[in-house]
Amino acid sequence: MELVGLASFLVFFLTLAGIYALVTLGLNVQWGFSGQFNIGIAGFWAIGAYTAAILDTPASPFHLGGFAMPFWVGALAATLLAAAVAFLVGVICVDLRTDYLAIATIGIGEIIRLVLKNEEWLTNGVRGIAGIPRLFEALGRSGQALAFLGFVLLAILLVYALVERAARSPWGRVQRAIRDEELAVAACGRDVRRFRLESFVLGSAIMGFAGAVHAHFVGFISPEAFDPLFTTFLVWVMLVVGGSGNNRGAILGAFLVWAIWSLAQFATAYLPLAWAGRAGALRVLLVGVLLQLVLLWRPQGLLPERPPPPVVRRDA
Amino acid sequence: MRIEVRNVSKAFGGIRAVRDCSLTVEPGTITGLIGPNGAGKSTLFDIIAGFTRPDSGRVLLDGRDITPLPPHRRFHLGLYRTFQIPRIFARMTVEENLLVVPPHQPGENLLVSWFLWPRVVRREREIVRRAGEVLERLGLWRLRDALAGELSGGQKKLLEFGRVLMSPCRTVLLDEPGAGVNRTLMARLAGLIAELAHEEGWTFCIVEHDMDLVARLCDPVIVMAEGTVLTQGRFDDIRRDRQVIEAYLGGTLGAEAAP
Ligand SMILES: Nc1ncnc2c1ncn2[C@@H]1O[C@H](COP(=O)(O)OP(=O)(O)OP(=O)(O)O)[C@@H](O)[C@H]1O
Ligand SMILES: [Mg+2]
Repeated sequence: MELVGLASFLVFFLTLAGIYALVTLGLNVQWGFSGQFNIGIAGFWAIGAYTAAILDTPASPFHLGGFAMPFWVGALAATLLAAAVAFLVGVICVDLRTDYLAIATIGIGEIIRLVLKNEEWLTNGVRGIAGIPRLFEALGRSGQALAFLGFVLLAILLVYALVERAARSPWGRVQRAIRDEELAVAACGRDVRRFRLESFVLGSAIMGFAGAVHAHFVGFISPEAFDPLFTTFLVWVMLVVGGSGNNRGAILGAFLVWAIWSLAQFATAYLPLAWAGRAGALRVLLVGVLLQLVLLWRPQGLLPERPPPPVVRRDA
Repeated sequence: MRIEVRNVSKAFGGIRAVRDCSLTVEPGTITGLIGPNGAGKSTLFDIIAGFTRPDSGRVLLDGRDITPLPPHRRFHLGLYRTFQIPRIFARMTVEENLLVVPPHQPGENLLVSWFLWPRVVRREREIVRRAGEVLERLGLWRLRDALAGELSGGQKKLLEFGRVLMSPCRTVLLDEPGAGVNRTLMARLAGLIAELAHEEGWTFCIVEHDMDLVARLCDPVIVMAEGTVLTQGRFDDIRRDRQVIEAYLGGTLGAEAAP
């Protein structure tokens, strides 16, 4: 019985970590590839989750729709809407240098959160959206969980293949060049704005897709789920710990940091009662310390960035 | 191509870096642009290449007004510039630094990279071959896989010049190509520049403090001081010009190059 409990927890853990891995891959496109400092991750994640929720739930009096669409419609719309919002934000902000872009994206993330919280007709406000259908319902409880995990791992593989190809392509080469010396790239005839906009949009689209997967995994979403602490902050730690600029590093970082985050939850259960109220804060502290340690001892992350293999092999 | 600068001015706060400056670079020439530190030479390059918007005045390329065009559009008209302080891509390899330059790379379109990889590879083959030739020529071949950030100052300067050879542009602004590059190699590069200009019709405008190099390579030479053109002519003539000597604070100009 214990064992079954453990196994089902493990499946749950891996699925959630996998969703984080998707988001972290998205951030890596923005920060790792082209040096754009997005602190509005929560916003794009939420856009994806809410889009899927509204489209895929059965009709409800509490929020817009639902429209009872199949998963793939919700996921596609989530990806496209996150991309569209990123495009609008990008057209205005992509010229901003890293620190200013960071400030702008904090603002965007906050605006999105406020909209989700206050536009009750659309999102049911703080009460959130329930009854988001789970995938593979026909397989029974444990079969469903396993199948969903398989689906998430497949999604990681697909997204990894796409972003890795992007990183190795001439497109990725221009992105890295922009990260190093924007002006020299302009001198070489590239429209720097276009490239930065593309990586910002691609990264956000991946976050939106991850949001749709997330919504269908948890079945219930509310603005609280997109607290920047559990989203933006953790995802940044995952990327930095894993190795920004390295897609495998992004995935590794997500699983590793999520493991530590989850273990910390167990550990805090054994805290004396007087401390129990501070359990959440202690977890954050722990992750913060982890981040500091990595930055001190291994600032490039566990899997540092490497120049990608050449597009064509050179004969000596 | 002919570069015409017409009555261009640019101030940074109180500093009038370029004032009512007019000059012409004739096609097929290697035009020298010299002047004391702070004369406004680099600022003028920034304006010609589109990196700085002038407060007033126009820039024409073969008679076409390019003043409002962003830098990347000017590249596609055939204008390339290098930077005084090399702007190399530090976290990329030496070879990758060159591969970025050539235009028309289908792999810069994400959809092509995802779904039509063979097209990407085909173009890449041509570019890699070209980069190999350039690396050989500049003596950087054995450093091709090194990170460019690890190169010495002179090597970075060479790599910056290598980009010129990778670009299809035939009108090139070089900001102090010789600074930090050893003399023998620079003599070779000078030979290469002369060959490109005289045999293949490239146009160069070169800012350079090494008067030997200017004497050997450049005709005509334009002298700038305090943001504007002082005089212009053959190097031997301007070398004796009183104004020029004064601008350079007491006749150091061409001391080494004097017969
Ligand atoms: N971005 C800037 N902001 C403020 N002042 C600037 C800027 N760029 C140039 N200047 C000023 O403009 C003047 C001309 O500078 P510029 O770099 O064009 O000179 P230069 O002729 O290239 O000199 P050098 O031979 O030393 O390279 C200098 O006084 C410089 O301080
Ligand atoms: Mg200068």
